[in-house]
Amino acid sequence: MKPRIGIFSFTCCEGCSLAILECEDQLLDIVGAVDIVNFREGMTEKSEDVDIAFVDGSLSTHHDVDEMKRIRGFSKVVVAIGACAHTGGVNAMKNDLDLAAAKRLVYGEQSEHFDSIPARPLSAEVKVDYALPGCPMDRTEFLRLVKEVLMGKEFRLPDYPVCVECRTKGTVCLWEQGLDCMGVVARAGCGAICPSFNDPCEACRGFVDDPNTQAHEEVLQKAGKTVPEIMHRYTRYNAFKPEQVQ
Amino acid sequence: MAKQDLDINIHNVTRVEGHGNIVVNVKNGVLETCDLEITESPRLFEAMLVGRPWQDAVHITSRICGICSAGHTTASLRAMENAIEVTPSEQTVLLRRLMLHGEHLQSHYLHVFFLAVPDCLGVGSVIPLAGTHPEVVKMALRLKRLGNDICHTVGGRHINPISLRVGGFTKLPAEDELAQLRERLQASLADAATTVELVTTLKLPRFERDMEFMAIHEPGKYPIYQGTSLKGSKAGEVDEQDYRKLIHEYVVLHSHAKHCKTDHESYMVGSLARFNINYDGLRTESKGAAAAMGLEPGCTNSYLNNVAQVVECVEFTLDGIDIIDALLERGLDQDDVVSASMGSVNWRPGQGAAAVEVPRGTLVHDYTVGGDGLITAANLIIPTNMNLNNIEADMRKLVPEILDKPKDDIALALEMLVRAYDPCISCATHLLQVDFVG
Repeated sequence: MKPRIGIFSFTCCEGCSLAILECEDQLLDIVGAVDIVNFREGMTEKSEDVDIAFVDGSLSTHHDVDEMKRIRGFSKVVVAIGACAHTGGVNAMKNDLDLAAAKRLVYGEQSEHFDSIPARPLSAEVKVDYALPGCPMDRTEFLRLVKEVLMGKEFRLPDYPVCVECRTKGTVCLWEQGLDCMGVVARAGCGAICPSFNDPCEACRGFVDDPNTQAHEEVLQKAGKTVPEIMHRYTRYNAFKPEQVQ
Repeated sequence: MAKQDLDINIHNVTRVEGHGNIVVNVKNGVLETCDLEITESPRLFEAMLVGRPWQDAVHITSRICGICSAGHTTASLRAMENAIEVTPSEQTVLLRRLMLHGEHLQSHYLHVFFLAVPDCLGVGSVIPLAGTHPEVVKMALRLKRLGNDICHTVGGRHINPISLRVGGFTKLPAEDELAQLRERLQASLADAATTVELVTTLKLPRFERDMEFMAIHEPGKYPIYQGTSLKGSKAGEVDEQDYRKLIHEYVVLHSHAKHCKTDHESYMVGSLARFNINYDGLRTESKGAAAAMGLEPGCTNSYLNNVAQVVECVEFTLDGIDIIDALLERGLDQDDVVSASMGSVNWRPGQGAAAVEVPRGTLVHDYTVGGDGLITAANLIIPTNMNLNNIEADMRKLVPEILDKPKDDIALALEMLVRAYDPCISCATHLLQVDFVG
């Protein structure tokens, strides 16, 4: 029996769902190895008998939360794909705003009709079995997860910083270019793609389990910068705080 | 005999980007409700930009949408450059145009083959076609992949580009990478011709409604990166900075996304609008493809937006080849790069807007930057917002015309209509400055 796959989206740009469609070379192989039974963006048929649910987006309305709990209920395995589902992503930047005021600004007297709660990752509301971090998620990592789960293997994310991948690639360290880079504490697995384009890492994949924040502050100090100065970039994909969920 | 009562409620329309419901109610032969409800959660992007350094805008706004990520990036950069008075080099402009073409090709081919064509062939998705029409599906994937690879080569990645900045690129592609893309674009013309032939065999619904179209415009050209004006087919032309004279946004209760209108009425943006407004600027080959598929300038059948997308695929493939030829002839200046922090960019506080043509239509970004370099205001008008009003106007005309058909056929016709617009609903749902009109 082929595994039954569902692909679901909440509040997001749907870039991670799109990333699945962008596995052009492997798409036909995937489609041959699994039954995609639910994929609103790509097909009409729907089913709620799902072995593996891939979910992108953060939860930012009561309806999102209820729907996610429902999906958790009928799926054997839930995989959070992308930063929004994994850490809250860019959506969580709104959590520091006065939400009521922001809604009134948009919708005026009708603002009560429109629901908006602090954006949260899936794990804040339901048990998540695996995560594919990144903004967007990495296609190669997605394919690795599909293969390993199909083979009955345990899928694990790398637990070392992006610095390691930069070194492997031979990229000249961006700190040498006078840029501050979060690769020191960010979780690898993306192949250090952004630094390879002279673009500093912003930890879109979240942090390693035990980030070396002390080393990071030291490197920043040497570069003449402080954490508060660059906080706006640090909160790009990691703005969510558990206390924001009431 | 036409139905007296009809209730259609299509929850979460499939094969569109984002979440929307079609709700149609007819009572005693009278159309009471005809709504495209946008249920996508509000994202609040403009609110998130306020108070952030101007350098943040490009990477944040690219996250509004996965499919139109390069489009948002482009509009963001042009608008910010207008606001803070930065002029990119010719080389930068050529590369940005190439990147935008890559996204259009990727998006249009995705839409035609994966989202729209299944309806014409009576299936629920492209997946069964892998079994019945394997060569077509392989071709679709090949064409889509080329669009992606253009974005990867030029900007590092399609979904959320990496190397594009105000003033230029943080890293440039190599000349041989561009040469390889050129070869692949040239080879893809054969696939484009096959696509045209395939479309001529499809039966698309007939529908007509006199409507207004809008796109950026430059006489004798088919612009997508920058026009000399923003043009409404009835409302007239304005400079892109004065977009508010043409485009008025307002809140509707059944939609989390704002609607837009010109002074008079709803309007359409996207491939069909561009085709109608800038037909004279198309290359001969593109006009030939249009004629072969039965698409004539002035067409007011919304369903044929899919056909206009194929015409644009031909046009953008040819324009992409010409752009690469121009870049290779000039030789890439590898010193024409900017630092990721844009620290050496000379900027001034100010306000600026830009209108760019992304796959689904005209996209406007508008920023105000204060003396301390922080964004004080941002306004983003999304093509799908502009189309929502037009979709509903189409539905209001269409439903009475097909009321005598079986309910399932009516539902399918409505879904196909929404799909024809290739809506990008995540894009359309975000925070906007609101002008209550009327």
